[in-house]
Amino acid sequence: MDLSALDPVALIASLLVAATPLILAATGELVAEKAGVLNLGVEGMMILGAIAGFAVAVESGSPALGFLAAAFAGAALSLIFGLLTQMLLSNQVATGLALTLFGLGLAALIGQPYSGIKPPSTPQLDLPGLSDLPVLGPLLFGHDAMLYLALALVAGSWWFLSRTRAGLILRAVGESHDAAHALGYPVVAIRLGAIAFGGACAGLGGAYLSLIRVPQWTEGMTAGAGWIALAIVVFASWKPWRVLLGAWLFGGVTILQLNLQALGLDIGSAWLSMTPYLVTILVLVLISADRTRVALNAPASLGRVFRASG
Amino acid sequence: MGLKNVTAAAAIALSAGVGGAMAQQETLKVGFIYVGPVGDYGWSYEHDKGRLAIEAALGEKVETTFVESVPEGPDAERVLTQMARAGTDLIFSTSFGYMDQVIKVARQFPDVKFEHATGYKRADNVATYSGRFYEGRHVIGLIAGHMTETNTIGYIASFPIPEVIRGINAAYLAAKSVNPDVEFKIVWVSTWFDPAKEADAANALIEQGADVIMQHTDSPAAMTIAEEQGILAFGQASDMLEFGPNARLSSIIDNWGPYYVARAQAVLDGTWESMDTWGGIDSAMTEIGGFSEKIPFAVRKEAMDAAVAIASGRLHAFTGPINRQDGTPWLAPGETASDGDLLGMNFYVEGLEGSIPN
Repeated sequence: MDLSALDPVALIASLLVAATPLILAATGELVAEKAGVLNLGVEGMMILGAIAGFAVAVESGSPALGFLAAAFAGAALSLIFGLLTQMLLSNQVATGLALTLFGLGLAALIGQPYSGIKPPSTPQLDLPGLSDLPVLGPLLFGHDAMLYLALALVAGSWWFLSRTRAGLILRAVGESHDAAHALGYPVVAIRLGAIAFGGACAGLGGAYLSLIRVPQWTEGMTAGAGWIALAIVVFASWKPWRVLLGAWLFGGVTILQLNLQALGLDIGSAWLSMTPYLVTILVLVLISADRTRVALNAPASLGRVFRASG
Repeated sequence: MGLKNVTAAAAIALSAGVGGAMAQQETLKVGFIYVGPVGDYGWSYEHDKGRLAIEAALGEKVETTFVESVPEGPDAERVLTQMARAGTDLIFSTSFGYMDQVIKVARQFPDVKFEHATGYKRADNVATYSGRFYEGRHVIGLIAGHMTETNTIGYIASFPIPEVIRGINAAYLAAKSVNPDVEFKIVWVSTWFDPAKEADAANALIEQGADVIMQHTDSPAAMTIAEEQGILAFGQASDMLEFGPNARLSSIIDNWGPYYVARAQAVLDGTWESMDTWGGIDSAMTEIGGFSEKIPFAVRKEAMDAAVAIASGRLHAFTGPINRQDGTPWLAPGETASDGDLLGMNFYVEGLEGSIPN
């Protein structure tokens, strides 16, 4: 076995690609959860985004339009969840699970005519000069625009949540909806906005799978990515920058173990397959060692039904 | 209180009515459980084509249902039980990992007939069936050995069960027989269906120099990547031509239809009994897809001859001398592997590198 055959630049480049759907979906879910909404339908919104983005990109020939459609589709699906949980006060956990099942079924239905079709390829950002730099070029400048958008989204969410008044209000709604309501903030409207944002991000994450990472449409192709995104939000203890860390860690270990196998590294592949999950559990244990800090981070009204009073 | 009673009474009346109706009509209810979505364009897709073949052949005499994306393990037991309770007469469970659940549920429903694909545990009401896919692996292994320019063939494997190991060995022996310098790089992804992970595995293999990819997973993701990267690949379980018009060299197609129709007919005739079926190229349960124009004529002919020789019994994919990976002899010169050896295969043959995960 020769470790030098492993090209670290190519490895990191594929890590970044593998992590992007998770970053997108997890960031959206984080904002929704910060507003006090637990939407377990991420998987459903991702898969609907995957087919909506794929279908529109194929029909129009434009990946950009595809991503736009994916965001709309994810947001539209999430608003069904919003209507049920915020207006009709249904249980968020049950509704979220139902949303996943509904999304998977609906996507399969829409996707019937789209098997075996090649989507238009998404151009890579090509900055003259910069992209040709020896190591930094492919590492920093050789990716598609969506990858940078995902990073910008994380930065934007951090800025919005921690540096703006609107973000403060959103967090207030998530911490204590009764207090926010008493202060005159439109709790339901704010939550609907956060839910739609979460849905749009999940939709983008799904489209990233079907348009860039795989690129094809297959039923059920998210294969659990939505659930991993949910876990990453907890892993990140509701802090945007840690979402990045969680997604890179998870994507990184997956990519690394596949590459080490291709290289012929002779360690049990069952162990290698387990490592992303083991590392995630380990970090969760470490993070939650201090109970009070976890309790401080989790939005206090997360998943609770809000009934306007007075 | 009153309302509750009325509802309960209505429910009983309704279920009695349904039960009565079922007893009158004598349609055979056939159920299927799939490990992936019917739209995976691979393994589950072909099983579902088999289900549709039953409907086409037997028409009004049968009624079919299916449950897709059922994980292997405890979930399968729940689905199987539900299906059996719903009055299904014949249940096809189409993944190796359902084996113990099928045996367990079959014990509770002695009147329901079960068919389990690729397993080896049988009971009075449990039959097993599978294709001799290793015969197809031999044929595509020959082609791969000729077509690789880097002498590196990438193999995406799912789980270390005999079925998968047998496929790797058969393909390797065939490729090696026509190209002594060939090397296999094997990546185990620990899943049957996860397009993103299958695509990542394909990319990792290409990164390590593979220019021909074989897979034992269910989605066409690797084929899509091969097409994108301009290398070669084979359709697995399904033809997959539309996913790789330039990349696809040939394919191994699982053709379940004739078997499914025959088994459903046997239940209708009252002649169904538990048995083991292992259909190869001869029975057309294992089919070789069309050859790509990219394959030189001589190689196409060689592959076709091999397929014909296997079908007629003149050639066996595992013919000695073959040593195990550690160098100990397995088959003496001219000796062919017994079905028992093949069904329990848990070792790599000599020349393959790496070790099989536990």
